[in-house]
Amino acid sequence: MDERNAKMTEHQAKSPDDDKKLSREQLQRRSVLRFFGAAALGCGAAAAVASSDGGKAATADKPQIPGYDWKAHQWSYGIDASRCIGCLRCVEACKNENRIQKDAHHFRTWVERYVYLEGEDTAHVDSQADPVNIAASGSEEVYRFANRYKDAKVEKAFFVPKMCNHCTHPACVQVCPVGATYKTEDGVVLIDHTMCIGCQYCVQACPYGARFFDDRMQATNKCTWCYHRITKGLLPACVEVCPVSARVFGDRKDPQSAISKFMHDNRTYVLRPESGNAPNCYYVGTDKEVS
Amino acid sequence: MEALFDAAPFVGYVYPNETVIPWTVMIVIYPYLTGLVAGAFTMSSLYQVFGMQRFKPVAHLSLLTSLCCMLVVPLPLLLHLGHPERAANPMITPHTTSAFAVFGFAAGFYVILLILENWFVFRPYIIQQAQQRKGPSRWLFKILTLGSYDLSEEAMAYDKKWILALAITGIPGAHGLHGYVGFVFGSLKSREWWSSDLMPPIFLFSAIISGIALLVVIYVVSCRLRKVAVDMDCLKGMSYALWGFMMFALLLEAVEFGSLVYRGREGIETIMQYVSGPLVVPFWTMQICIGSLIPLSLLTYMAWAGTRGTALYNGLVVSALLVLFSVLMMRWNVVIGGQEIAKTGKGLVTYHAEIFGRESMTTAACLLVLPFLLLWGAVKLFPPWMEVEVHAPGAH
Repeated sequence: MDERNAKMTEHQAKSPDDDKKLSREQLQRRSVLRFFGAAALGCGAAAAVASSDGGKAATADKPQIPGYDWKAHQWSYGIDASRCIGCLRCVEACKNENRIQKDAHHFRTWVERYVYLEGEDTAHVDSQADPVNIAASGSEEVYRFANRYKDAKVEKAFFVPKMCNHCTHPACVQVCPVGATYKTEDGVVLIDHTMCIGCQYCVQACPYGARFFDDRMQATNKCTWCYHRITKGLLPACVEVCPVSARVFGDRKDPQSAISKFMHDNRTYVLRPESGNAPNCYYVGTDKEVS
Repeated sequence: MEALFDAAPFVGYVYPNETVIPWTVMIVIYPYLTGLVAGAFTMSSLYQVFGMQRFKPVAHLSLLTSLCCMLVVPLPLLLHLGHPERAANPMITPHTTSAFAVFGFAAGFYVILLILENWFVFRPYIIQQAQQRKGPSRWLFKILTLGSYDLSEEAMAYDKKWILALAITGIPGAHGLHGYVGFVFGSLKSREWWSSDLMPPIFLFSAIISGIALLVVIYVVSCRLRKVAVDMDCLKGMSYALWGFMMFALLLEAVEFGSLVYRGREGIETIMQYVSGPLVVPFWTMQICIGSLIPLSLLTYMAWAGTRGTALYNGLVVSALLVLFSVLMMRWNVVIGGQEIAKTGKGLVTYHAEIFGRESMTTAACLLVLPFLLLWGAVKLFPPWMEVEVHAPGAH
């Protein structure tokens, strides 16, 4: 693990039993709040239409994690594409950590490969989910980039890790009809699977293709920056396993954090800035075709 | 274990999560039915609000048609939802920044309006049946009278005011409901195929033509079944209405497509590849040539030549059937087409609809038949062509 990400692990982690207990209490609390919210709204639908706001509801309904104050943090993510070697350990770690389907159609994070061949203006793009790469690895559960350009004259090539951008103005949150997906005070976009109705409007609204429908829960799923880990002082699984520190994570409110240093030392940009979503994944070392 | 989803084949580069198409044929059926609701209501408004007497033969029929289609509208959405048991949540705990959240309120309001207007319109018949019928069906009509048997001149004038008010309110209600469906798609900036300010009016005008076309078909079929002569003046009026609204609908679509191509934003190469490849049959051939240009030419010729009689009858029915097909294809090409163009702007996905299953073509076909089964039952109970002597003294 790179030293710039090391600071995160200094905090004390809680036991898995605590997690389960908290999770149940949290869910019960959310249910009670939702119930009274529903009752109040049922009494005056017109008033509810005028006053209801998903962001405020999320603030009032914050997760109760001992020792964690979500107002004290502002999480952000940095990606140095020039460091990425396309080993795909991040994809594997994410799938394992978050128990995502081991197939080629459900990813919380993925890696894209951009290859410019000599004499061509546009890049050849693929990800680990490309059928050629799956054929080379032999299984949808084994993530590899096939050496498909070994006989071609490559001008330049690079890898770009992708994931949910946890936008400041997330289109997915805007369109969710029940506020099941919401923006936390510490800058993470989460989904309450117990409230999601499974309409997939958010899947459509995300310009980054970061969301997918999880047929096991019949609800939408996506990257949470491993919220269960970061609120205990750990790093997201993908950052933890990255052997070259292409992925950087940290607290923008801490000037000594990895992400603050990353932002200070680099000229960064975001994907699809024209969308107005204001992403919070900051990129270094990509190229014009990456969006 | 059998996969719970169908992965879509793709060419070029698409995001890994895009290989499962989120919105299926159910979301094609949903705006189609909503459009029929709005279009049928438009026909009724032409008589109820604008006083066009030539549309009287279809005025009440169109109200019943609108109601029967509206009752089926929630079904494709319920079949699509991962958690249909939470379907009421957008109304109970609405997230007001969501275009979807408002739908429940808009649709609920409109259903109530439709039920009320139908009740006022059929009230004289309901009272008559409550007094004349024997057996259990009498009780149904007695309940539907809501205890009011007053058919006096004052009562009928009062009813007329209500019908007018409801019909006027229904115009923005019905059209707002469908314009909003267009907004759901047009407001999504993530998909270039959908992201257009013209999407609401395009949906609206295509809805109106589908509703008029449906009324043409239903009216003609109902006359055949009842063995009565078709009111040619009414038919001629519907032919003009269909022709006029079609001009607007096609023009809007052409402007929207033209702007998309002319703007030529990122990903336009892929869109052009899609338009000139996979869309040749569903869009250019089925929707534009067969479904739009042929009926438009036919209607134009009939209007220009002053066609009457059997030729008008046959020409209009053929045109109406083609328009109904065209609008269904339009919904398909918008909903499915938008998802077949990858968000990356670098690839195309192919949607393969299931034949059987919850969100399959068979289910879609059933949902398209269901409103007409409901209409068949509704027409049996409330024949929209019955004239009731309304100035009889109040019975009770």
